[in-house]
Amino acid sequence: MNALEFSFLIGTASLLAGFLGSLTGLGGGVVIVPLLALAFQVDIHYAIGASLVSVIATSSGSAAAYVREGFSNIRIGMFLEIATTFGAIAGAFLATSTPTKAIAIVFGIVLLGSAAMSARKRHLRVEDRPADRLATMLRLDAAYPVDGIKTPYHVRRVPVGFGLMFGAGTLSGLLGIGSGAVKVLAMDEAMEVPFKVSTTTSNFMIGVTAAASAGVYLSRGYISPAIAMPVTLGVLAGSLLGAKFLVRAKTQAVRIIFAIVIAMLGLEMIYSGWTGRL
Amino acid sequence: MTGSLQLSKTDDTVIDQRIGILLRVGMLLSAAVVLLGGVLYLAQHGKAVPDYHVFHGAPRHLSTLSGIVSGAVQGNDLAIIQFGLLLLIATPVARVAFAVGAFALEKDYLYVAISAIVLCVLLYSLLWH
Repeated sequence: MNALEFSFLIGTASLLAGFLGSLTGLGGGVVIVPLLALAFQVDIHYAIGASLVSVIATSSGSAAAYVREGFSNIRIGMFLEIATTFGAIAGAFLATSTPTKAIAIVFGIVLLGSAAMSARKRHLRVEDRPADRLATMLRLDAAYPVDGIKTPYHVRRVPVGFGLMFGAGTLSGLLGIGSGAVKVLAMDEAMEVPFKVSTTTSNFMIGVTAAASAGVYLSRGYISPAIAMPVTLGVLAGSLLGAKFLVRAKTQAVRIIFAIVIAMLGLEMIYSGWTGRL
Repeated sequence: MTGSLQLSKTDDTVIDQRIGILLRVGMLLSAAVVLLGGVLYLAQHGKAVPDYHVFHGAPRHLSTLSGIVSGAVQGNDLAIIQFGLLLLIATPVARVAFAVGAFALEKDYLYVAISAIVLCVLLYSLLWH
């Protein structure tokens, strides 16, 4: 396989990953590493580097569309980015000293977790509770549009959310993924941020988190231009296409299929890592 | 540019919109540069057989800021791709820097401090090793 074929195949596969990722809201980045490592025999460090860069691209692309709708909460995002960026740098350093075998196994577990997360019911917003002291102090409470009406919400359990975000950042830096699932979990479940606000704010934060580990990746030589080029362009094009389809498509079936694919990739990563085939 | 910013104290919509534009421009610009480098790379080395199975790490001139910039200026294909990726990485950093300024205009000093911490972490990662 020469460079032209290699780029074309990886670009096409990344386009599909980006398309499905944005259509299902699961993110395309999560399948890029197993795809490169398992199907294209790319070393996992190069795969992680390329995936991380593509994650930044999709975050910037989708956040640009989301911020206009007024769902994302810039203060929640910025405050929690302290946790995710510190976590991301810790994760990136961890990646340089963790053996491939262990990275593959952790990756597999995260894939299984992401698949399980997507099967989870989106809980409807519980009735509004009184303001939380820390959240008030940090001015995290805001309002978001529900059927065109500005509806206020109160943020809770800030320290738990902050701690989970550090974990999300570490996973992002270790595995070159967006950790969108953990971010949404922290905001949705722990901090009780309304679903639309947490998804869009998370999307927003993913780019900043990934940029924090990108510097470490770059200096360690993880970002190989010939691999990152087709991955980034493919994922970006795919996710922009997916966002266009999102309005029209019935995503439930696609979501389930993609979740099954992710779970299978997870098992394959654990198996390959365990047996040392990567 | 900052002179034209008229921000109300309670509403972040203006910041949001400007950040949205910033992200979109950064994303498109970097994608264009990566594409340009990619076309040059495939035109020159399309027939080469790549092997990424064993990790050697990208060479030094493609993994330092100065190396990438000087390589891109000289028209090196891989350095141009890498420069595009740098622009991509710089986009969220610019977003945070922008937020520092926007919060300062709103006189929200708590959030000036918070975004400044995030900015420092990002710059540390990009510039100090």
